[in-house]
Amino acid sequence: MLSPGIILVAAFGYLCLLFAIAYYGDKRADAGRSLVANPYIYALSIAVYCTAWTFYGSVGRAAASGMDFLTIYLGPTLVFVLCWFILRKIVRISKVNRITSIADFISARYGKTQLLGGLVTVIAVVGVVPYISLQLKAVSASFNVLIHYPDVAMPGAVSTLPMFQDTALYVALILATFSILFGTRHIDASEHHEGMVAAIAFESMVKLLAFLTVGAFIAFGFHDGFGDLFAKAMEHPETRRLLTTAPTSAFGNWMTLMVLSMAAIVCLPRQWHVTVVENVDESHLDKAVWLFPLYLLLINIFVLPVAVAGLLAFRPEEVDADMYVLVLPMLARQQGVALVAFIGGLSAATGMVIVETVALSTMVCNDLVMPVLLRWRWLRLTERADLSRLLLGIRRGSIVGVVLLSYLYFRLIGESYALVTIGLVSFAAAAQFAPAIIGGIFWKSGNRWGALAGLGAGFLIWGYTLLLPSFVRSGWLDAEILTAGPFGMAILLPQALFGLTGLDPLTHAMFWTMLVNVGAYVGVSLLTRQSALERIQASTFVDIFRRGGAGQRFWRGTATVADLEALLVRFIGPFRARQALADYARQRDLNLGKPGDADAELVQYVERLLAGAIGTASARVMIASVAKGEIMSLDEVMAILDEASQIIEYSRRLEQKSQELEATSAELRAANERLKELDRMKDDFISTVSHELRTPLTSIRSFGEILFDNPALDIEQRRGFLSIIVKESERLTRLINQILDLAKMEAGRMDWQIAKVELKDVVADALAVTRGLFAERRIRLEVRVADDLPPIEYDRDRLIQVIVNLLSNAVKFCDAREGFVGLEAAVEGGAMRVTVRDNGPGVSRIDQPRVFERFQQVGNTMTAKPQGTGLGLAICRQIVERFGGRIWVESEPGKGAAFSFLVPIRAVAAAAQ
Amino acid sequence: MAAVQPAQRHRATIQGLRGERLVGLFLLGWFALNPPILGLFGAATTVFGLPLLYRYLFAVWAGIIVLAALAIRGGEDTGATGAAEEAPARPETELDR
Repeated sequence: MLSPGIILVAAFGYLCLLFAIAYYGDKRADAGRSLVANPYIYALSIAVYCTAWTFYGSVGRAAASGMDFLTIYLGPTLVFVLCWFILRKIVRISKVNRITSIADFISARYGKTQLLGGLVTVIAVVGVVPYISLQLKAVSASFNVLIHYPDVAMPGAVSTLPMFQDTALYVALILATFSILFGTRHIDASEHHEGMVAAIAFESMVKLLAFLTVGAFIAFGFHDGFGDLFAKAMEHPETRRLLTTAPTSAFGNWMTLMVLSMAAIVCLPRQWHVTVVENVDESHLDKAVWLFPLYLLLINIFVLPVAVAGLLAFRPEEVDADMYVLVLPMLARQQGVALVAFIGGLSAATGMVIVETVALSTMVCNDLVMPVLLRWRWLRLTERADLSRLLLGIRRGSIVGVVLLSYLYFRLIGESYALVTIGLVSFAAAAQFAPAIIGGIFWKSGNRWGALAGLGAGFLIWGYTLLLPSFVRSGWLDAEILTAGPFGMAILLPQALFGLTGLDPLTHAMFWTMLVNVGAYVGVSLLTRQSALERIQASTFVDIFRRGGAGQRFWRGTATVADLEALLVRFIGPFRARQALADYARQRDLNLGKPGDADAELVQYVERLLAGAIGTASARVMIASVAKGEIMSLDEVMAILDEASQIIEYSRRLEQKSQELEATSAELRAANERLKELDRMKDDFISTVSHELRTPLTSIRSFGEILFDNPALDIEQRRGFLSIIVKESERLTRLINQILDLAKMEAGRMDWQIAKVELKDVVADALAVTRGLFAERRIRLEVRVADDLPPIEYDRDRLIQVIVNLLSNAVKFCDAREGFVGLEAAVEGGAMRVTVRDNGPGVSRIDQPRVFERFQQVGNTMTAKPQGTGLGLAICRQIVERFGGRIWVESEPGKGAAFSFLVPIRAVAAAAQ
Repeated sequence: MAAVQPAQRHRATIQGLRGERLVGLFLLGWFALNPPILGLFGAATTVFGLPLLYRYLFAVWAGIIVLAALAIRGGEDTGATGAAEEAPARPETELDR
């Protein structure tokens, strides 16, 4: 038996099931395996559009005016067909700009004015209150009807009951509680409530199945199928007319309803939320294009049959047509089906209230309450460390507030109207957003003032033409207003403004609101100018597909320290930025290195710093964009300040250029110096060489001339002179050869004959060549060559040349009386070292490096006879260094000299040139 | 089915075609489902037991849904990657049939 207890248990059971699903959905989302990333779930969640209005109210409407209830569902079908141009664009824009509500969208598009966001929120709340109240009415009425089972009796007028006996109040409180549990357990920056979406999808299935069950029962169980039902309907005139277009012959009404529902499917806060905000993948929209209309079609199949059946079974004054869905199964004593109907209606209402209140609470919190609170300095909100609890509190409070407001509306107004009529008032309110939204995404010139004017004016007219009459009808306002106009001014009749008669109230209201809304929007937008920010937002929104969205940075919520630092770096340079932040941290004993949000103090500090660089207004814009979660990209705002940065950029480039120029000219100067020096050296070389060449040539010539001029010289003298000539010629030849060798070596054009060489043999050869010198001067020679000398790769002749050179130098310079020359060769480290010693006068420290240079001869070249060409050691150095070795002298004046050179054992590569 | 895959432009045309079909469908629906055309089917007669208006509305509605589904699919099949240029994360099931 259907006792109140069972009904209550069933109802609560169902609600708890929904909650369990939501909980599970959230858990899955947290684990990363989302339940709702699925086009079918997405389409089902959009079906939250079907509320108790669909479940109960459609039947009521059909019983009154035939098929025009269908417009509420045909409109959305057409909108979804057109989805590509509107919905898709909106979803893309919202994703890119991290938009979380309809108020957010509108205010973001129009330059992020708090005023606009607040206005949208107010309109949304006021507009949706009637809608929620109709849910309350439906649920409480259905409950009250059902508990009378098996009697079919309509509940009495609610307004006569004291409040605490009013079912609707309890319904309201329970729904509010569940809404809080579903949607405000924590704050999620992206406003994704996966659990809620899962629950909504489930309840969409439930209400569809419930309605199909009840409808099928009524059509096939109660009657003998559609044919039988409609045949009966045709017999009675009052039902027959419902099957025609007669009730809807007023064209205005049908089309008005179509247009209204087309606007509502997008602009109702709950629809916006499930379609745009909760969308996780754009491609889901493609399936939703036909899935959602399919759902709508299915759930409407039985509406007309049920309405007809109800009319056939009851007289109109007996049973409220809105309740036919519930009452018909009760009449047939089918308690199961009746319970199913009740649960279906409950499900539909619950889904709507939950999503709608959550969406509204987001808007109220973000766009209405918080901006106001933030402005009240005495609350010192900016200094609070953790705002999330406050935010949650505000959201929960707003949910309760909205629901209670709806209850109040229900108590005041609810009796006077059918469900659908109440709902249409809400649709008309939501439709006020449409011009601002459509204009926002297609028309770049739509600006903030236009949106404000349009929305404000439209809302006022809506209130006057639709909300006001409902208060009058329920007796709360003087009926005079409706009949004679306010203050007797007939021209301002709420339902015949400016004398426009002949339209039903809804169409009339829609006409005026749209006229004023669109007119003000377009007119004011054209007459006023946009701020730079608005222009940027406009093009961001309108061109969203062209821009691709990627590459835009977007911010949401509070700023991180990193963001602020990046901002500073951009304007005052990295060093100063880091220093500034370090100062700040030091002063307050903070650790700013942790990744996290910057507190308001830091934000202000940064703003001040920026103001020093770019001016207060721009600094505020920059900071606002970072701190309050603006939907601007940093680059966009840079564009605004482009003049300042361009100048800075330009001057920086100029500096760079001039630095480069300086560097280049310094290089040029250095090169010039080097060239001059080389030139000098070349001149020196030429003069020295020519001097060296000329000296022997002069001797040769002079002695030749003497011989020529004095034929009478004796043979001894003649021999002496000739030997001098020979010697000098030899010397000349030697010199020329050495010069050529040296030149070739220095130019790298020497032909080196590299072969395997045994140092021992080379030493032996060198000694052989110089034997004559040693013998001649009677110089003691000591040779110490190690046995374990490894073979090397060298130019044999050149090596001989080096050793010969060293030996002959030693011979030349060793002591005149007791000459001693020592030759050593041994392995030292990774190389072979050959040393030639003599006991001559030695080389002073200053001269030690100089001996290896060209034409350097030790000793006073003026007084001492030149003992060589001065090129020998230079050549030795060339040779030794070509093979990767080193040559040097160790000596102290008066103590002889030791010339050594190194032969790296792996000596090759460098020589192969 | 490995048609040589189109440049961005071809895909854009597909999208454009899909969009155009949908617009056409929208217009069709708008005129079919609104008075005055609606009025043509408003007589109080029954067609195979169901009222004419009822049948007409639901038939047209179902037709629009089917055509919309086809139009959306149509865009997917003819594009080889099938993915919309802006929504890359679409699994490619159609081509596997």
